[in-house]
Amino acid sequence: MRIIDYIFIGLLGLFFEKVQAIDIQVGPATHHKSLKAAIAQAQPGDTLCIQSGLYREGNLVIDKSLTLIGEGEVVLDGQHRYEVLTITASNVTVMGLTIKNAGKASLSDLAAIKIRGAQGVQILHNRIEKAVFGIYFEKTQHSRVIGNEIIAQHTNAQSAGNGIHVWKSEHLYIANNRIEGHRDGIYFEFVDDSKVLRNHSEGNLRYGLHFMFSHRDDYRHNVFVRNGAGIAVMYSRQVKMYHNQFRESWGNASNGLLLKEITDSEVAYNYFEKNTIGTYVEGAVRVNIEHNHFHANGWAIKLRGSSYDNVFRYNNFTGNSFDLSVTSSIVQNEISQNYWSRYTGYDLNRDGKGDVPYHPVSIYSVVVEEVPPSLILMRSFTMDLLEKTEKTIPSLTPEKLVDAQPLMKQLPL
Amino acid sequence: MNTKILKYVVLDILQSRFVVAYTLLLFAVSVSLFTLEGNVDKGILSLLNVVLIVVPLLSVVFSTIHFYNSYEFIELLLAQPVPRLKILMSQYAGVALSLSLALALGMGLPIVLFAYGEVGLSLLASGVLLTLIFTAIGFLSAVLTRDKAKGIGIALLLWFYFAILYDGLVLYILFSFSDYPLEKLTLLLVSLNPVDLGRIVILLKMDIAALMGYTGALYQQFFGSVLGILFSLGIMVLWWTLPISISSLVFRKKDL
Repeated sequence: MRIIDYIFIGLLGLFFEKVQAIDIQVGPATHHKSLKAAIAQAQPGDTLCIQSGLYREGNLVIDKSLTLIGEGEVVLDGQHRYEVLTITASNVTVMGLTIKNAGKASLSDLAAIKIRGAQGVQILHNRIEKAVFGIYFEKTQHSRVIGNEIIAQHTNAQSAGNGIHVWKSEHLYIANNRIEGHRDGIYFEFVDDSKVLRNHSEGNLRYGLHFMFSHRDDYRHNVFVRNGAGIAVMYSRQVKMYHNQFRESWGNASNGLLLKEITDSEVAYNYFEKNTIGTYVEGAVRVNIEHNHFHANGWAIKLRGSSYDNVFRYNNFTGNSFDLSVTSSIVQNEISQNYWSRYTGYDLNRDGKGDVPYHPVSIYSVVVEEVPPSLILMRSFTMDLLEKTEKTIPSLTPEKLVDAQPLMKQLPL
Repeated sequence: MNTKILKYVVLDILQSRFVVAYTLLLFAVSVSLFTLEGNVDKGILSLLNVVLIVVPLLSVVFSTIHFYNSYEFIELLLAQPVPRLKILMSQYAGVALSLSLALALGMGLPIVLFAYGEVGLSLLASGVLLTLIFTAIGFLSAVLTRDKAKGIGIALLLWFYFAILYDGLVLYILFSFSDYPLEKLTLLLVSLNPVDLGRIVILLKMDIAALMGYTGALYQQFFGSVLGILFSLGIMVLWWTLPISISSLVFRKKDL
């Protein structure tokens, strides 16, 4: 990936840089000792090659199109007081820097790198340690964040910030980043037409990825491990989520994927493992949930009120404690042709689909919904007996909520 | 305990071939469950029911019948200068040992072969503990009455109560008082039943994700902590020693 990035920067450089653009060396051993002074002297289009060293220069404002390249171990220290880089100009590239100890303020959100009202900004292969907010975008378009490591060790969600925080932006490309220990790994609010690819978000206090009011975004091949919740998607339209992994979101109300007030979206080819709740769906409309694999979750899917016209098709459900739990017995969603490891029916005409419909909502999940402490009776003989009775004479479980064509074999996903 | 009597009891049980049949049955069931389901998790799930229902049933019935069948032998021993407590303890140890061995071989071997891991081993541990407990319960019901039919009746009734009826009663209580916070009461209630405790030990290893949700977190915290494990082990041991102590008290003064 890196090579492609370099080529891209090169091309972009050719495109934007003026003929007079020069390289300025900055560092303890060069003519320019201060980074701040070098930035002040540089002309738009210049490149600052920063030599190895520790730079403690407070807040650096980049208000012209510059390229900052760290050569070796370049450490910018915010001394827990300053916002380190503030980018207000377009076409700025920041690459290969290590930014430590960005400051914290109660009135404004200080970040390690803040980008305000710019375009064509590139943040590439930097390392950000112990920041409240890692990379912070505000009203920015057509920018790229690639290959950064953003690591913090926050313990309290109130005082922590987000790894990559984006507000009111468009056309961003966020790829191959690794984010750990923040409040939300990646936070989107009013961010449209963006792509989030191959990021790794682990051990964040609240969500691995959190987005609200963000439409037409594309999320692929991301990995979310041990976050408070994997992804929370709220109040958004036309979202696409493919090939993501959601693992080990454990806790009182932890979900792999939380869909709230989502419409016209696609959730496909994702893998959910060992989450307390695999997918929590509330107020979702016309969402296609297909080709996903739910394995060893507490509840594979929790379906809540005002969700309708959603399609659950071609998914694998294996080894979940509960496959599906619902609050209402009215069937407004389509559930068909999934593989359920709990299914015990037969297939006489050998078309690969079971002849007996499968009821994914078990009586026990209804009972637990009603009286939560009865969770302790899981897998007891009494519950098995209830289950068998319910299968013969359905009374409490929604009778019409069935997969009429359950698959006999697991889908290769 | 008297090792000579113990030796004789074990040899006697082996001669009756019941234990050999029990071992083979467990082995056949476990192997077929593991291979037929094609999925180790499913096999473990089915074995769970064997451990929670079949193992207690066989232990309780076999120990009761065995006690009645060796009545004449016990009477003979009582004529010798051997303390009564020693005789009963040797009898119990003999039965419990052979049944536990049968379980360890019949079910333990397939588990080690197909499903070696935390879940499998906790399944086995629960099985052994339940064997010890229900053998003790069997002895208690046999000591309580001279009538063989009555004794087996009591044993079956106790098994039915612990293995099947009890969870239904708990569920009924939970439903009736669902307006109140019941988490702690539920903890108490399930602690009063060795079968439930055995199930929870396995549950904690198997359904960990679901148990982390809502009230489950409380159970997980409690039974998952060192204190909780000690607590449940303690209760299990209590369920094991209590029937045995009562039966020895009864047996000491019993007019045979």
